[in-house]
Amino acid sequence: MPHHVKSQALSHLRICDFTGQLAGAGATKFMAAFGAEVIRIEDPSNHGRWDILRGMPPYVDDRRGPELGGPFNNHNVGKLGISLNIKTEKGRELFERLVAISDCVTENFSSGVMRSWGYDYDALKEIREDIIYVSNCGFGHSGPYEKFKTWGPIVQATSGLTMSSAIPDQPPAGWGYSYMDHTGAYFMAMAIMLAIHHRNRTGEGQYVDVAATEAALTLNGPVLLDYTVNGRPLRREGFPDANHSQFPAMAPHNIYAAQPIPGSFDEAWIAIACRNDEDWHAMRDVLVADGCDWAANDDYGQLGGRLAAQDELDSRIGEWCMRRDPFQSAELLREAGVPANAVQTPEQRIDQDVNSAEAQLWPTIRQAEMGRVRVDGIPAHFTKTDWSMTRGAAVLGEDNDYVYGELLGLSRDEIAGLHEEGVI
Amino acid sequence: MTTNSNPLAMMALDDLRVLEIGDERGAWCGKLLADMGADVIKIEPPEGDPSRQYEPFVDDEPHHERSLFFWYYNTSKRSVVMDFNDRSNADAFLKLVESADIIFDTNTYDPVGRLGVDYQQIMSDNPGLIWCTITNFGFGSSRDDEPQIDLTLAANGGFAWMNGYDDHSLPPVRGGGQQAYHTGSNYAFMSILTALLHRDATGVGQHINVNINASVNVTTEAGSYSWLVSHSTVQRQTGRHAGVAPSMPSQIMCADGRYVNTGIPPRRPAEFGLCYRWLEDEGLLDQLPEAALLLVGAELESFSLADVFRGDNEELLAIFGAGREAFDLLASKLTAYEFFTKAQNFGFQVGVIHSPEEALEDPHFVDRGMQVAVEHPELGREVIYPGAPYQLTKGSWGITRRPPLLGEHTDEVLSELG
Repeated sequence: MPHHVKSQALSHLRICDFTGQLAGAGATKFMAAFGAEVIRIEDPSNHGRWDILRGMPPYVDDRRGPELGGPFNNHNVGKLGISLNIKTEKGRELFERLVAISDCVTENFSSGVMRSWGYDYDALKEIREDIIYVSNCGFGHSGPYEKFKTWGPIVQATSGLTMSSAIPDQPPAGWGYSYMDHTGAYFMAMAIMLAIHHRNRTGEGQYVDVAATEAALTLNGPVLLDYTVNGRPLRREGFPDANHSQFPAMAPHNIYAAQPIPGSFDEAWIAIACRNDEDWHAMRDVLVADGCDWAANDDYGQLGGRLAAQDELDSRIGEWCMRRDPFQSAELLREAGVPANAVQTPEQRIDQDVNSAEAQLWPTIRQAEMGRVRVDGIPAHFTKTDWSMTRGAAVLGEDNDYVYGELLGLSRDEIAGLHEEGVI
Repeated sequence: MTTNSNPLAMMALDDLRVLEIGDERGAWCGKLLADMGADVIKIEPPEGDPSRQYEPFVDDEPHHERSLFFWYYNTSKRSVVMDFNDRSNADAFLKLVESADIIFDTNTYDPVGRLGVDYQQIMSDNPGLIWCTITNFGFGSSRDDEPQIDLTLAANGGFAWMNGYDDHSLPPVRGGGQQAYHTGSNYAFMSILTALLHRDATGVGQHINVNINASVNVTTEAGSYSWLVSHSTVQRQTGRHAGVAPSMPSQIMCADGRYVNTGIPPRRPAEFGLCYRWLEDEGLLDQLPEAALLLVGAELESFSLADVFRGDNEELLAIFGAGREAFDLLASKLTAYEFFTKAQNFGFQVGVIHSPEEALEDPHFVDRGMQVAVEHPELGREVIYPGAPYQLTKGSWGITRRPPLLGEHTDEVLSELG
């Protein structure tokens, strides 16, 4: 059932959602794909521009505007959208009625924004006793940096992920994108669902404080234990050395330049790893059969010898990699049992890798103004309640009639009046 | 430093039993479950999980009970040794399965095939069972038998293409710390929780098929949507977002040789004013002739960034240039940590580029309880582990026991089953 039968996994849950960008929006996007009714609240007075991704590139065509941004659509697929100005008295009343019929309130504002509106956990709990309130911000809601502001690259910098992504004698490479906006959203989704399970068991709601920096800190565990137990810091001569593998030690293990593919970019790269001596022996046979007699050197037969000669080994393998394009070399090596892949470009991994189609990974959805466009799917499939994605991000107020009318019971005239007054 | 969790406190998942059958690709998923209270039973082959042989070791002494890699990924779990090559273990395995709410496996040891038990029968005998399989390309994929590892999956799935340097003669970089495996495990845990909430509501379990390569693919931000939406391709740049078009550097070396990420430099009138004040506070105004431009910027009516990027408004360009010059000058006089905290106190989204250990010791994270002490009686010492990835106020995170010795709980668990 590819992507159009609505999942029943979470269809019993309703989320009153202020999340935005990716670090928050990604969490509720996941839950919406599994059927949760996610009601995203946007401020009509600035056309939902609290979310800076609204209207940001890339675009499907020459049109521009707040409803036409690719990233915003990608991160808000499957959610309902309503407009609501929470700074008005009537807006607050509507918000509170919505909280009363929701399981969770979610947001990723800077610390203190919800409180400034008068809606901390205690206030929400007064509206609904078992409400779950999950707040996700860079440094969390306590501590010396509570007021500091972040976005993905700052989260990665302060948690150690930027620094650990580098090769020797070079500055940090970073990640090249907001890995922690994605991953912060994953941890937020986990936190929401953990709190719901706790509520299912006990009847209790709760407040959850998610700090993306802390989630990030947990992603370098072995390096951290090497420090706390052995006193060995990652900031030391010759490190980080991220393309080689220290944990566990392997050689070769690197990314090598390969012959560019005609008609594509003027660079191409291949990743190769020998997990153990057996892998090396298989790779040695491929190299020797290809005329690389140097590979037969007994010194390389065991890991210790290969680690000692790592630079020499890398440079000789690098020469060999320039003989073919990376897909050809990778296939040769994999057939021999050695892990290898091209460093794929977006086009190669999305449109040419057979696994994308097998995984039904890039569903086409329809967004009211953009039309049909492909988005990131979910990299898992369920036998009974699989995910689905059919509609894109809501345009501003797209679901006002359903939410204010059907869910809250307002008449058409009342809804029109609220719109007139700028409340919705 | 926070000590271990309160053993009497309820934890969100302490009503669940989980069987972990697999290798390092799923160990992170198991830790996420176990540190929320689930009774995660790691079934190991007689020789032990392969990652017990991974560096780093305590005091650099290789031993299967001294791998810090194994320790990190296996906190709060119990270890049962079971030889799947011995078919007489089939009954014990089925009893374990019957006692479990969740099974996750990495299709490494194939207990079903080797013990000769019937998967369909297991699922129909245990209608509430959630069984999650985590593999490189998804169970059943035409690529799933290929040899792969974290590095090659990061290359295949799109991490590496975006990560590296302005100088494209340098290779793309794999981010440190096995993040391809983490991403697959993150999706496995999210999927398991999704199936769990469905089971809470209906009593019905199911099978979940998690694909690590696909997980990496959809964790690439603009790398994917630039292609999906406009068929454009991002290119890697030092320390900042890979872009379709080149962007300005955002990583500066400070007076102590360490780096900061300057994020988005001053670009609003108020920010130009704050930047001027910061220079003034540091006594640096006379070292930056362009500083006066910042005051001009502070008085501007608001403008759109498009006005700047169009590149024909020389005054605006000069004001933006002065903002960057000011950051460069400040960085040359301050340590990275000073630059970070001072910039943030002025409201700029700047980050010090910590090493992982510097982050663990940063006063903010210490204050938030990110150092957690776990007793390792065999060594006669306490070990500091990184703490909670999220702070639930009820049913919260905790390391309930140190990582298990090989087979430590075999007798205990099997006798529980009767």
